[in-house]
Order: sequence, then C-alpha cells, then structure tokens
Amino acid sequence: MLKQKYDVVVIGSGPAGLAAAIEAKKTGAEDVLIIERAKELGGILQQCIHNGFGVEIFKEDLPGPAYAQRFIDQVEELGVETLLDAMVLDITPARHIYAISKWSGFAELDARAIVLAMGCRERTRAQIRIPGTRPAGVYTAGTAQRFVNIEGYMPGNRFVILGSGDIGMIMARRLTFEGAKVERVLEIMPFLTGLTRNYVQCLLDWDIPLQLSHTVSRILGNRRVEAVEAVQVDEKWQPIPGTEEIIPCDTLLLSVGLIPENELSRKAGVALDPVTGGPYVDEGMQTSVPGIFAAGNVVHVYDLVDWVTEAGFLAGRSAAKFAIAERKRTARQVKLQPGDNIRYIVPHVMDKESLAESDQRLQMRVIKPIEEKVWVEVLDGENLVTRKSQRYVRPGEMVTVDIPQKAYDAVQKADTLTVRVVRR
Amino acid sequence: MAKKNYDVIIIGAGVVGSMIARFLSRYKLDILLIEKDADVGMGASSANTAIVHAGYDPVPGSLKAIMNVAGNKMWDTLAGELNFPFERRGDYVVAIGDEEVPLLDELWERGVKNGVPGMIMLSGDEVRRREPNINPEVSGALWASTGGICDPFAVVIAAAENAVMNGVTLMLETAFEDFVMEGNRIVAVKTNRGTFGCRWAINCAGLYSDVVMHKAGVRPEFKITPRKGEYYVFDRAEITINNVLFPVPTPISKGILVTTTLHGNTIIGPNAQEIEDKEDRSVTRDGLEEVWQGARKLVPKLDLRHVIAVFAGLRPGGNAPCETPGVNYNKDYIIEIPAKVQGFVNLGGIESPGLTSAPAIAQRVVELLKDAGEKLEEKRDWDPIRPARPRFRDLSPEEQKILIRNDPRYGRIVCRCESVTEGEIVAEIHAPIPARTYDAIKRRTWLGTGRCQGGFDTPRVVEILARELGVSMLEVTKKGPGSEFLARPTKDVEG
Amino acid sequence: MAEEVTKMICITCPVGCTLEVTHEGKTLIKVDGNQCKKGIEYAENELTDPRRMVPTTVKVRGGVHPLVPVCTAAPFPKPRVFDLLAELRKVELQAPVKIGQVVLENALGTGVDVVATRNLPAVN
Repeated sequence: MLKQKYDVVVIGSGPAGLAAAIEAKKTGAEDVLIIERAKELGGILQQCIHNGFGVEIFKEDLPGPAYAQRFIDQVEELGVETLLDAMVLDITPARHIYAISKWSGFAELDARAIVLAMGCRERTRAQIRIPGTRPAGVYTAGTAQRFVNIEGYMPGNRFVILGSGDIGMIMARRLTFEGAKVERVLEIMPFLTGLTRNYVQCLLDWDIPLQLSHTVSRILGNRRVEAVEAVQVDEKWQPIPGTEEIIPCDTLLLSVGLIPENELSRKAGVALDPVTGGPYVDEGMQTSVPGIFAAGNVVHVYDLVDWVTEAGFLAGRSAAKFAIAERKRTARQVKLQPGDNIRYIVPHVMDKESLAESDQRLQMRVIKPIEEKVWVEVLDGENLVTRKSQRYVRPGEMVTVDIPQKAYDAVQKADTLTVRVVRR
Repeated sequence: MAKKNYDVIIIGAGVVGSMIARFLSRYKLDILLIEKDADVGMGASSANTAIVHAGYDPVPGSLKAIMNVAGNKMWDTLAGELNFPFERRGDYVVAIGDEEVPLLDELWERGVKNGVPGMIMLSGDEVRRREPNINPEVSGALWASTGGICDPFAVVIAAAENAVMNGVTLMLETAFEDFVMEGNRIVAVKTNRGTFGCRWAINCAGLYSDVVMHKAGVRPEFKITPRKGEYYVFDRAEITINNVLFPVPTPISKGILVTTTLHGNTIIGPNAQEIEDKEDRSVTRDGLEEVWQGARKLVPKLDLRHVIAVFAGLRPGGNAPCETPGVNYNKDYIIEIPAKVQGFVNLGGIESPGLTSAPAIAQRVVELLKDAGEKLEEKRDWDPIRPARPRFRDLSPEEQKILIRNDPRYGRIVCRCESVTEGEIVAEIHAPIPARTYDAIKRRTWLGTGRCQGGFDTPRVVEILARELGVSMLEVTKKGPGSEFLARPTKDVEG
Repeated sequence: MAEEVTKMICITCPVGCTLEVTHEGKTLIKVDGNQCKKGIEYAENELTDPRRMVPTTVKVRGGVHPLVPVCTAAPFPKPRVFDLLAELRKVELQAPVKIGQVVLENALGTGVDVVATRNLPAVN
C-alpha cells in the first residue's frame, strides 16, 4: 500500500537510484520509495552480465547483476519501499508525483525530496541520420543486449556494429560467445571511444575486426537488413568517395552514444545544461528546483558504474537532509482554516515560532454581512486562542485579527487554527 | 475457378481504396478489398506531409483541382463520423524576400479560380507575429484558413475499419496478379491467394495503378513515375511550429515545407526525386541535404541535433492529360469507367493532394457506378460511425484513473516517450482490422515514434504481440513476413 | 631462443596500461609501462597461461526470465573458452537460482567453477 507522503522518492532503480535510496535511509529519512519501470530492481545492470563493475567501490571485479544484487539486498534490509513495473507520468515543482502501474493504478503522492535517477537512453539511427531503407534488423546495442541476455533471443546471426563504445565492444564479444558472426566494428572517430581493456578482451581476443575512421553510409534490404555499406571518413567525418564497401549482414547494432533521459526533469521545471543534456546541479546534486536532486547518467554520462553509485550516495544524502529539514519546518507550521462565515484567511500557514518575535496579524474576508456585534474567534478545536470584537462584519470590508505573543503556548499544541464569526 | 464471387473488388487499400470501400459499404454490395502489404495504407498513404490542402495549388480546371477543393470540404464530417484526429489550422505560403511576392499573387489567382474559400494575404510583420520561428526576412504570405493537418494512418485505418464493420471483406497480403476477361468484360481478379469473381473491379493500386490498368488493356501509354520525398521529424520538446508553412511552389512540386504533426513534432520535407523503383523508400544523403537546405530557408532556427527520425515516401506521379478543353496539363488524375472495358473503374496518378481528395474521389466513384446503371440500394443498417478507442495520453487524470480501474493493462506504459499503454496495444491487436505487426501498432498508437525510436518499447511489444497472437516471439515481424525481429533462441546454436 | 618485445594491454583494471613485455619464449624478462605490479603478473600469465573471466548465461526453467547470468569464479584458460560456452549451453537450471550457486563444477577439469551472478526467483 502506497503512502500519501514520503520523505524521499527515488525515480529509477539503476545504480544511482539504489545508492540514493540506501543513503537517504541511512541519513535518517523515514519513508523512502523507489519507483521503477521494470518488473525488478537494478535497471540496466541486470542486462550487463559482463564483469568489470565494482573495482573502485568493492575492489572486486563483479558482473553487473552481482553488483546490483549487493545494493538490492541493502534496499530490502533497510526497508525501502518499492513500486515496480510503474511509470511516473508527471512531477510538479512542488514535488507532487503522478505515477501509474498495473498494480497500483493511478497513484498520486507527495515527496519532501525527490532524486531523479532515470539514467540515459541510447542515440538512435535517426539521430546520426544513416541513409538507406528502414528494414527490421537495426537495433541499438542496449536493445539487442536485452533480447540476448534477458529475453533469451538472438536478434540476428551476422552483425555489423557501429561504434566502439564499451557497449558496442561488449556486445561484439557477447554475440560471438553465442555463436553469431560479428563481421566488423566500425568507429567514425580516428580513435577508440571505449576502454582499452574492452578492446583487448572483447575484440582482439576473439579476432573481431575494428575499423577506425569508418561509418555506415547506407542500410540495404527492404524487409530485413541484407547488408550495410561502410565507408571511410575524412577528418571532418565526411565520407571519402571510392572507399565504399558492401558488408553482407542481417543486423546492424548501433552503439553511437548515450543521452541523459530528462523528460521528467523538464516536466518538473528543472533547468537543463545544453552541453551535458542533464540538470544543472549544486555540490549536493540539487537541481534548480529546491528539493529535487539528480544523480548518475541522468546528470551526465559516466564511464564507470562505481562513480554513478558515488553520485547516488551524495544525492541520497542531500535529499534526506532536505527532507528532514522540511519535516522540521512543516512540524512548526500551523494551518489557518476558515470556519463559520469566513471565506479565506491570509496567511494560509504560520510558523509557530514567529510568535516568539511578535504578534501575528491575520487578514480575512467574511461570506455574509452581519449588522450587529460579533466575535471573530481563533480556535484550536474548541479551545479559544484569541478573539476580537467587531461592531459588524461585511464582505466588502477586510477583517483583521492579531494573534498575540502571549498565545505562544496555546498555539504550540495546535495543528490547525480555525477562525469563525459568532454573534455576541 | 473463382473461389468466391463479389459485386466489387477494390485493388489496393491505401487512402483511396479504403475510402471507396467505406463509401460503397453503404450499399447492398458484396465487396472485397485486397491489399498486397501486411497492413492498410502502406504505400503513398504511409509517408507524406499529412496535410489537408486548401486547393490553391492545382492547375485550374484540372480534375486534381476539382477533387482537392471538393475533398477538402468533406473532411469535417468525415473526421466526426470516423473519429480520427483532424485540425483545420490553416496554412501559409511564405514569400522570402521581395522577389517572391508576385508568386503569391499567382497562387491567389489560382485559388480564386479553383473556388478556395477563406484566403487572406498577410504582411511580413503579421506572419512574424503569428509564427515566431520563421525566417525574419519573410515578406508576406498567402493564408488559407481551410488548410488542415491530420494523421494519414489514422484516416486510412478508420475508413477501412468502418468499411469492414459494414461488411466489406479485407484481405491483406493479397497481391493483384491479373484480370480474367470474358470478351471485353472483367469477370474475376487473380491474386496470389486465388481468383475471385466480380462484376466490378476498381483500380486503387497507387504506385502500381499503371500496371493494373495495362492488364485490363486500358491506357497503354500511362506511366507512373514514382517521385521520392524525404523527410525529417524533430523532437517536439525542442522546437514547435504552429501551422503549415509552404515555400512558394516550383514547377514540379509544392516545395520543401515546414509543418507540424498533430502530436506537435515539427516535420520538414519533401524533396522530389523521380525514380524507377516502386519500392525504393530509402533515404539518401543528397536528398536529406536538399531537404535541410530548403527547410532552413523558411525556419533558420532548426537544429539537426533535434532530429528524431528520417523517412522517405513515394508519390505515384502519372502522365494523364487533363480532359477539360483548353487546359494544358498532363499530370492529372484519372477517375473513369473506360469505354472499351466493362466492369472496370479505373483510377490512376492519384498523387498529392490525393489524401485531401480521397473522400471526393470516393463520392465520384459512387456517381460513376450509378451512371453506369448500378442500382446502389442503401442498407438500412449502415453505420457511418467508427468509434474511437481510448488514447491514454489524451485523457485527463480523472479519465485515466477510470480507464486503469476498469482495465489495469492501461496502467502499464510500454512506450515511455509517447505514453502508450499495454491496454491500447492489446486493443489494436484485437481491433476489427487486427494490428499484427510492430509497424501496424506503431501507425495506430504512435508508439516508437518519439525520441528513443522504439529502443525501449520494442522488446515489450514483441512480447505482447507474441502473447496476444499466440505465436512465438521468433514469428513476430516489423512489417510482415521476411521482417522478423529475432533470429533464434540465444542458446540454440546451429552445428 | 631470441629475446623479443611484445606489446600488451593490461586488462586487470580500467586503467589499461600499455605494457612492453621483454621475453624469451614463455620466459618473462622484464615489463615496462605498467603502473602497478599487477601488470607484471598479467604479462607473465599472458605468456604462460592466458586466462579470461567468462561471463555468459544459462537456461532456467520456471524462472521470471528464461536465462540466468553466470560467470567463471576465476579466470579460465582462454584457448578453451568456446568449449566452455558449448558445455554451458547444455545446462538447464530450475528456478529459483541463488547468486553464487555453482552452475558447473570444475568446468572441463580446469578446477574453475561457474557460478550464478544474480538471484532469479521462480514465477509465482
């Protein structure tokens, strides 16, 4: 059962989200909720079955799922709540969250602090505008990785991979391990864009050819990919005529970059840096919207998961501190509620401590005129806090009542003060 | 021998064939609609500017002009009955610099002759005020209030679906091969799925309309020359355009324009390249460059980094001379019952503004049949209304709550960019015209059309299609047989 | 046997030092370019007995997914990796699977175990 209000809500349960939730709880946040779109925690780590994770944090070389499992265990031990297979539709700058899932239905909840940890998405064919047909068999490396490692299906038998980033190289080895032929890895830059160790253990070790300064200039095949045309590029990334080569294959994998995923951040009014594509953040990972924090690839794209985890810890800690301060601040607040014959009161809330400094003036309007003597009463439940006599009240004339400093003790006990008009 | 006899066989389920099927479904006729592809609307109807043209562009006196203006007037009623999204936002033809202004006057003249209502000439200042992203050197514009935008897939699907609801038989993956003639009369249509008898055959084959009419021995000189148009789609979070912006036209096309989808994505294109191959929808480097340069003339602020898709479509350009005396024009529409063949309604060269014209063309076909002596008795139970299915993203939070409460599958978002739910996908798979491929679902729901271009939803949709169709994930296709997504289970290695 | 210099890239950690390894056949003489002593160890192993960690998946019955990720518990002889992968394709586990659970013991007689790298619950 979801609560109406949480100290910290974390959106996304990849390495950043898991770390943020854990650290928020450890810092003292009481109710912490993770909202995750998949049916299980861990995010993309669950499909990154290769090792190479955790060297910085655990001084161990772990596969992605094992790295995730350590944090998932902590999330469970600490009593962090989770809403899985769910999607956040909207976040307001006031940290009101709309989320839906098959199981919870349409849910609305409030967060004292939010950590955005939605990660990133892959650049697509269109973003690099590869000419040619639009057949089946063009996948981003991450989509192919999910098919191969989670769903249990190979998206093809003969592959060309565009991009020498880590995901591209890791998929080259992975597909080779499962009996596919990787014809070529092409890289438009004159240098490798992933880690050198991945070049060795993913390509060199298994004789997968890499061509630098090359790209795909055309996709061929109407229904399914039949071949791609590769071409060498000059220093301005323009194709060099005469260097075209047709490489027969049934699948083209794209590993051409990652972009922080900030659709929700925009909805929440978070300002984004056009260079990183992620939110502007301060030293505690707070975004331009107070109480909304961000961590991991949603901020900028990292190359080591360990650093994503560190960023998650930092954001979780900051979010918890913000939530605790917010809790204290609101605990000191008393609501001012219109009672009989009162249309509205300004201010709507009042800091109880303000009475330590001075009297506090309430301004209000009545609903109906009463042309005789009345009391304007301020009450905590049935207990009178203060009252003022008026010769009459009229909607066109504003009424003011001062709560005196001597009411300090009476107000401390109240959650809500009601103001009403009664005939004397 | 013929498997079954129909009164009417419509060859091709693009917007024209589907619209004719829908108009004829009103009468007591046994109708078969055949389509060679795995879905309706896969040809010229599938990749175009999605504009309902006002009608100031076609040559006055041409059938194109008549159909355009008549068709345009029918869209409000049609959108209401068939429940597809359509907005009459108006369109602009924009002159950049002083030398283009006289061309606007020419268009105005044409529009007046064609009977286009609601045209206004605007000053450069007024255009800049209305469309802030436009080239500041704009010197004026012709504004036509009757221009509109639609979702062409939705139109074709709604028309075909309403036809099917009213008794039309639709056969997909059924390709026309030849006619069976008795003397000069068509008595049956041969397809890859057998031969079907008919009293009337209607040529709605679009890019292949020349091939079909030649098989009937009609107009041997008629030739379709496919004209390729390439397009870019932009991320709606980055740039928005309020209306359709045309440049002043060139002799061969309406030019490279800047427009918006009903979903708010800016679209630029098309160029116009004549080719031979009727299936070549490949995007080319040169073509994209041409579109880019052309569109930037209208909206210099466009940024290539915000492109989320590129695609190409083919217009079925014909070479039929206009039959109105005194009008010298040789790319007109053909809508006729040829004298020398009986039982044949022949259409050809229905290129832009074919989408706009489709309802008027369908109405014209009904009249041609009446003139040929068909009785066309109305069915008492004909239902012109095609109900819309819920679109989660268009609903208010309250409506969303109710939808999810009644069917929790609407609570699971499968396409995050466009907020398409599992409930909507399942509904399309089990609709009167079942969506059986990924692309069919994409065209109906807009899933996979956002900035991640299906990266997130593809595995999930493949899974849902397999489950709902009761097939293996290996059998699920992008757009029909031969376009399977997956090759084999990970652990089944040959040899 | 003549002394020769082979270039290698150390894959022990993400730094990926480029090593210049001087050796006589399989006998290591010296290593240059390493930033830590793991580089020396790596070079020596590459000359005598190159090994790699092998991450892959095996089939699972009755689990929330049809595959579970696995990995060798220690580096595995590189020349025999494809034999190992073929052997692992024959394995089919029954859900639930626990992280660390041995999937294949003493794989191909190398003394290296293959273990599951996540918890995989059974379908309810």
